[in-house]
Amino acid sequence: MNKLIRIAAAGVMTAALSTVAQAEVTVKVAYDADPVSLDPHEQLSGGTLQLSHMVFDPLVRWTQDLQFEARLAQSWEQIDATTTRFHLRDGVKFHSGNELTAADVEWTFDRLKESPDFKGIFSLFTDVKVIDEDTFDLITSEPYPLVLHTATYIFPMDSKFYTGTTDDGKDKAELVKHGDSFASRNVSGTGPFTVSEREQGVKVVFDRFGGYWDTATKGNVDKIVLTPIKEDPTRVAALLSGDVDFIAPVPPTDLKRVEENDGTNLITMPGTRIITFQMNQNRVEAFKDARVRQAIDYAVNNAGIVDRIMRGFGTVGAQASPAGYLGHDPALAPRFDVEKAKTLMAEAGYADGFEVTMMAPNNRYVNDDKIAQAVASMLSKINIKVDLQTMPKAQYWPKFDERAADMMMIGWHSDTEDSANFHQFLSACPDEATGNGQYNSGNYCNAEADALMNASNSETDAGKRGAMLQKLEGILYEEAAFIPLHWQNLAWGARKGVHAEAIVNALNFPYFGDLVVDK
Amino acid sequence: MLAYLVKRVFQAIAVMLVISLVGFAIQDNLGDPLRELVGQSVSEEVRQELRDELGLNDSFLKQYTRFLGNALQGDLGTSYFFKEPALDVILKKLPATLELVLGATLIIVGLSVPLGVYTAIKPNTILSRLIMGISIVGISIPVFLTAILMIFVFSVEFGWLPSYGRGDVVTVFGHWDTNFATLDGWAHILLPSLALASIMLPLFVRLIRAEMMEVLQSEYVKYAKAKGIRPFRIYFVHALKNTLLPVITVGGVQIGTMVAYTILTETVFQWPGMGFMFLEAVNRVDTPLIVAYLIVVGFIFVLTNTVVDLIYGLVNPTVNLARMGA
Repeated sequence: MNKLIRIAAAGVMTAALSTVAQAEVTVKVAYDADPVSLDPHEQLSGGTLQLSHMVFDPLVRWTQDLQFEARLAQSWEQIDATTTRFHLRDGVKFHSGNELTAADVEWTFDRLKESPDFKGIFSLFTDVKVIDEDTFDLITSEPYPLVLHTATYIFPMDSKFYTGTTDDGKDKAELVKHGDSFASRNVSGTGPFTVSEREQGVKVVFDRFGGYWDTATKGNVDKIVLTPIKEDPTRVAALLSGDVDFIAPVPPTDLKRVEENDGTNLITMPGTRIITFQMNQNRVEAFKDARVRQAIDYAVNNAGIVDRIMRGFGTVGAQASPAGYLGHDPALAPRFDVEKAKTLMAEAGYADGFEVTMMAPNNRYVNDDKIAQAVASMLSKINIKVDLQTMPKAQYWPKFDERAADMMMIGWHSDTEDSANFHQFLSACPDEATGNGQYNSGNYCNAEADALMNASNSETDAGKRGAMLQKLEGILYEEAAFIPLHWQNLAWGARKGVHAEAIVNALNFPYFGDLVVDK
Repeated sequence: MLAYLVKRVFQAIAVMLVISLVGFAIQDNLGDPLRELVGQSVSEEVRQELRDELGLNDSFLKQYTRFLGNALQGDLGTSYFFKEPALDVILKKLPATLELVLGATLIIVGLSVPLGVYTAIKPNTILSRLIMGISIVGISIPVFLTAILMIFVFSVEFGWLPSYGRGDVVTVFGHWDTNFATLDGWAHILLPSLALASIMLPLFVRLIRAEMMEVLQSEYVKYAKAKGIRPFRIYFVHALKNTLLPVITVGGVQIGTMVAYTILTETVFQWPGMGFMFLEAVNRVDTPLIVAYLIVVGFIFVLTNTVVDLIYGLVNPTVNLARMGA
């Protein structure tokens, strides 16, 4: 009898100990929005990519210092000018239990080429050629320097899982931008987490995938509950009160609070989104004169805006490419000199100034409307009278497409993390056929700059390419093609013990699979 | 009575037709839904294709008649964001909002009657002055500020109550998620209900107080007092009953307004109801959802007003609904 009790007691203790050892680590995350769909190809947005990094894995991914890290592709080599051979990792399983093969990559690539959002990024890619189960070639139509950049967008999908028809006869592979589809509600990837519960706009619950290939990772989170909290003060309050463990973004007004609060840590990083103003040369004759554009650049106090309006939560910029990008030229310094600006205006024959209209959104970028107000008042010092109108982004973008004001604000993040992308969309000669200058509301056009961009797009030597792109930034700076203000910083708030500083990056997709939480 | 109801139904249909027309007419000014559907670098050509697919390039009349045709079959369009029929989305969010309104109503009814009566009977005590003073503050501070203040006091500083969301909900009657079944649910609904009640409660306290004071001056109360009836009976049976008529009228209208106020409260508390959903829909230019929401809320207004009229008839025998229907 005694013995029995002892055995039972031992049993209870072991059970108790093992439950302690296996205590689930749950992390509650609050973002300002939740992913629009479980389909990784439906919308090219931060939310979708965030989800992709949790439920899927890319072939390669960016590290904190913007280098490439092998993920599903274990190695790769350039075979000829237009072909890169990738070798897949062994023993990678999808959530469904299917094995990852090169055929899945081919299937995913074909689907990406069909996606209205993603096909632009893959326009120069012609084919994925399967060599064997674990090997495939990624082929471009011309020598292309951004093969690996683009490979960060290839998150192989489980082709067997997405093949076939649903009960109501729809193709499971169907990619629908609006409306219901199999892929928007069901998911099978190779990623560290599976989606176990999802109510759109309310919460998504992720569970650790037991068969995850990356056993070397120290990540120990078993469960993530992602809740969208739209209101900035509420999101911060939820972190401070301990209702959630990790929040993003942290609004500039609350940075100090999160940092100084005992139970929480603030993590910040320079971001890659540049905020700019464009000066429409088709609407205002004076903007055709480079001296006037320079004068505006000299009149705008970038550092002051970062300091006073952004509360230090930005990196003062003088060009589009942030540090770490190939085209970033550290020699280009922000210009601020009101006297010089006045002289330039006088030289151009506009000493008495002129009147312009200006538009900016009020809910798209951090403090966008306040920045616009500050710029408007700075321009009044050189006698440019600004009629400013700010509006919600939903109304702003149609206005932007109409080029409805003389000066318009636009922020840009390069999808490829590459310098040429800024010029292609923001300052290249507008051309409907190629899509260049789609967001160039300034109508700035410089053949030499465009030639440099085109040459850089087929130059695979990083050194030569960097020189070209830096020269390009230099031209835009000299000519004051647009007014660069700053790169928005990124900020995350985490409860102490949640070691998020190791998993964040400038792209704002924290790698939750690698998140370590103190038990 | 029946004639009155039939008339009301026709009024309701007319009101909702007007709302749908207005909703449809303003949707072009809300922004371009495509912007929210596709990434920034997507070309104009692809946007146009999608616009054609969605039927956004058709004429206003064509779009509106198509909408009406579908609406007659119970289809108010499909939300771009939720990818579900707009009506389903709203009905799914409705319980959260109605429970919030219910919570606030309970607080208002439970507090406004005793407070209103007390301040009317004893207008000069310190407590009465305090109540009136606080009610002025309550009316003057916007709901979202009250809400944020309460979060910082009760969630962040004291840590007593959760700061956002609905917490543990229990599904009852098939589709209705309720907050009132668990302790966690009660804890989650308390702050939002208080915030929502913060505007209406002072209003009702003041309304009941004013009406009550007037009634207390009337001849029959004086007579009752002279007759020696117990004060409690005078106040709560004779006086209060006559005070309630205008209160019910205002209250009915205000319940509808409260549904509208939930937009602010729900946004601050991340309450997954239809007010929050509506604001999000406006931000995302989810036009089918916006129009559907306007119609549903219009319907709620018509409904509450009809019910109030019916109750009015019951409370006040001089109101003759049968005649009003004629």
